[in-house]
Formats: sequence, structure tokens, C-alpha cells
Amino acid sequence: MKCIIVDDEAAARAITKQLCKKIEELNIAEEFDNAIDAIKYLNSNTVDLIFLDIHMPTFSGFDFIQTLKNPPLVILTTSDRNFALDAFEYDCVVDYLVKPITQERFAKAVARIKERVVVQKTEESTAGTTPEENSTVGNDLYVNIDRRLVKINVPDICLIEAKGDYIKIKAEDKNYVVHSTLKKIEEKLPAHLFLKVHRSYIINTTKIVDIEDNSVLIKQDVIPVSRANRKELMQRLNLL
Amino acid sequence: MELDSPNLSYIKELSDGDAEFEANLIAILKKELPKEKEAFTESIREQNYQNSAALVHKIKHKISILGLEKSYDFAIAFEEELKNDNPERLDTFLSILQNMEEFLMTI
Repeated sequence: MKCIIVDDEAAARAITKQLCKKIEELNIAEEFDNAIDAIKYLNSNTVDLIFLDIHMPTFSGFDFIQTLKNPPLVILTTSDRNFALDAFEYDCVVDYLVKPITQERFAKAVARIKERVVVQKTEESTAGTTPEENSTVGNDLYVNIDRRLVKINVPDICLIEAKGDYIKIKAEDKNYVVHSTLKKIEEKLPAHLFLKVHRSYIINTTKIVDIEDNSVLIKQDVIPVSRANRKELMQRLNLL
Repeated sequence: MELDSPNLSYIKELSDGDAEFEANLIAILKKELPKEKEAFTESIREQNYQNSAALVHKIKHKISILGLEKSYDFAIAFEEELKNDNPERLDTFLSILQNMEEFLMTI
């Protein structure tokens, strides 16, 4: 990934460069001590990622982002914790690193970048279809929660419940509440594993514990099965 | 406030044995800190506390690079005080800068 660093403090730029050096995929193309020079550079060059300081004289990091028509991905670096909420107002901002940046925290930020790139590539490959907030890549489903794309391992999903404008995804270790619909997520899930058994429920059929007349037990949840869906559910089962 | 002792733990952790990086970063600190200190004292003299706060903000990263956790917490609070036009704890901040400068002279 082609990256640039924009930070008025030389020590901060040196540290960011050193952190990048340890990650093979990151290539620092240029560094700038002010936003104006970075804008000039971006007028004739494209980059994949910007490490951007918020606090800079005359032209802040936020001002800088606002000048870019199609901003690349951005990791904000700052000595101020107070801007975290503002930072995620921008879709291009993937992470917010508070100085002094540790290697562990930096590695997490890079992992987030990689996840975002995978999602972007998936979206590009499905360009022309309706834009989706949630995407699957291999066994992973990325869901949009509080402006972050959170990865869920699809086979770990036990069931999904519709809750008004939201869906509740119950996975093995954790539950997720996502602004989406059952219909949208159903399209993203492998049909051989998942089945809509009720207008408010999709279940992972491999997680069924037992079945009664009009309900299934998934872990400790009793899920209603509508009459219309019961037949297909029974056909899926390996009955003795 | 009792001042804490500067150290190179953070720089060593980042360098992972990369002597060139260590030397480069220390050279930057030695070069930038006196300039930032001068700009800060000038700003205080002019009673431009908003600008002084911005300079404390910049310097506090260097405080953290030198592993001064207590001094870093002080700088966070002092920056806010300056934003409210209150320079009362100036002497403590100057002592922190002095502490850093003296340490940088030894390495």
C-alpha cells in the first residue's frame, strides 16, 4: 500500500515511518510537515493510505480531509483523545491513534486497514449491484456497527432475529445488533447453512439442538417455526 | 510536583535494535525541543496562552517519547489550563522541559 505521512512534528513522522518499516505491505512514498504540500502532492499522485496528524498549524487534519474529493483511507494520529468522535464522522477514517503510538496498537490499526481494503475490493467486484452495508468475504461477514466494519465468522452465527429496523445476530461468542433487514442478510449467507424458519428468524441449521412441532432449539433459544417453513426445514434434516 | 525520570524505553521498543532510527529520533528531539521551548516561553511572555497551549500540545508528545508518564499527565492538564488563560503552573512545566533537556544532553 502506498502511504504518505502528514504531520508537522518531525519526531512523529520518524516514529510513524519506523512503525511502517516493520510491516511489509506499507510503503511510505512521501512525508509532509504541512497539509498544503500534501494536497499539492495528491493533486498529481494517488495513495492508498494517509497517516494524518489532526493538530497542525493553520490547516488541521480535518480541514485537510475536507479538501479531498475522493479521500484515500486515513489513520489519524494525534496527542488528543478528544477528537475520537469527530474522527469517525469521516468514512475514510479507519482508525484513530493516540500518541505515543505503540507497536501493538499500530498493528491493530493496520489489521483494520486490511479488513477495509478487502471489503472495498469486494464492493468493487460487485459494482453495478445495489450497494450493501454488509459484505461477505469467504467465511467472513462484515457488518457495519457504529461506522466500523466488524468481522463475523459466518459458520459461528447461530441465528438472526429481526428487531424492527435492526437485526440481532447471535454468534457463538457474541451478539451483534446491526441496522439491516433479514432479507438483506439472508442474501449474504450461504443457503446450505442458513434457513429462514419464521418471518423474524433465520437459523443456522447446523446449530439445531432439537425440534418440536413448531419450534427449534438453537443453543438455549427456542425459535418459532412457521407452518410454511416447516416443510423445508424437515427436508434439510438427516432423519433416521 | 516531584519530577519523574526520563528514559529510552519507548524509543528502544520502537527501534528493536535499529541504531540508526534511535540516533535519528534522538537527534530530532535534541533539535526540536529547544526551539519549541523558546517558542513556548516567547508565547507566554506575550501572554498568548492559546498559542502556548498549542505548543504544550506539541511538546507533550516528546514528553511521552521520553517515558515521562507523570509529566505527560501534567502537560495534558496544563494545556487545558492555558486554554482557559491560566498559566499558574508555568514553573512546573518549565522544570519538566529542563529535566528533558538535561537528559538529552547526557545521551
